[in-house]
Amino acid sequence: MSDQSVWGAELYDTLVDGGVSIFAYVPDGGHKVMIQKSLEDDRVHSIPLTTEEEGVALTAGADLGGKKAVLLMQSSGTGNCINMLSLQANGRFPFLAIITMRGTFGEQNPWQVPMGKAVRPCLEAIGVHVLEVERPEELKETTNAAMNLAFRSNCAVALLLTQKFIGAKAF
Amino acid sequence: MSEEIKITGSNQRMDRAQAVPAIVGNHRDFLVVTGLAGTAQDMYAIEPDADNCFLLGGAMGASVSMGLGLALAQPDRQVLVMCGDGELLMNVGALATVMASGLTNLSILCVDNERYGETGNQITHTSMGTDLAVTAKGLGIRNVMTVTAPDEIEAGRKELRRTDGPTFVYLKISDAKPPKMSSRNFDAADRRIAFRRAQLGHL
Repeated sequence: MSDQSVWGAELYDTLVDGGVSIFAYVPDGGHKVMIQKSLEDDRVHSIPLTTEEEGVALTAGADLGGKKAVLLMQSSGTGNCINMLSLQANGRFPFLAIITMRGTFGEQNPWQVPMGKAVRPCLEAIGVHVLEVERPEELKETTNAAMNLAFRSNCAVALLLTQKFIGAKAF
Repeated sequence: MSEEIKITGSNQRMDRAQAVPAIVGNHRDFLVVTGLAGTAQDMYAIEPDADNCFLLGGAMGASVSMGLGLALAQPDRQVLVMCGDGELLMNVGALATVMASGLTNLSILCVDNERYGETGNQITHTSMGTDLAVTAKGLGIRNVMTVTAPDEIEAGRKELRRTDGPTFVYLKISDAKPPKMSSRNFDAADRRIAFRRAQLGHL
């Protein structure tokens, strides 16, 4: 488990250095540092969504306008996104979601388990490439790999921040 | 022009094929995103494959959010979203997100025929009492106008061009099923590339 104030800042800086200027998010404890940094940064737009699927469409619209956008969300929102990802599958829009995982390694809330288990097969079924971070030393390289795959190769990509990496929420 | 718009349908409202082009006016004033089905066909009838327009063919509920992303990316352009009532009802929270974004260069034209035209013309919630203009206002959209009569079209056309948005124009039209259009281009990758080439000058 890694310290969010450290990895959140590293991940945020890696994304901004990679040209990301729009952060669309659904509030999430795992993304607290990233969300706060995006809200305080005049160089970027930080957009709160009412549901994750809005972010799937918003990032595609940003691409039409020539900007790079990412979607910050929790694993439980994955199911909300699936049909909307038709946009990326048909339009070859770049897409990058940074997903904090629940319902897997060490989960104590059973309500998180079904969607947590379904994240990877659901995303892969609709054509999204899934990359995972398990250790702090992997974060920057994997984030850059995800950005290249999304923004240079026009792929839909999900970067999963696993519970081994972010830790399981304590109850 | 506006005086010639026919009143039709069981709800006795304006003819779609006349009212929509009249209220849009010159679409080149905007970058345009349309919803699937009805509003995509409306725009296709105005100009097929226009390179300032992206027409959805699925991903129902995407249009407002996609327009928001485009408006964020292109702050010096006015963005127009054209969506049906069914499309908007599927993701109505997107209007709250538009409000929260704080941007001013987005206008939404909601074309309300009170029907799901693509699936058999079943009634939508707006035929049963839902008023999407009240919804838009309640979700914080700054400028909201309802257009129900031909003599209001011109004001609606001007409202869509306000630069102190976000703006929501609620166009109430006939529930008569429009004639079947000739098939349009459903290749979203082709339309994305065409849009970006024209508007950005590169892929």
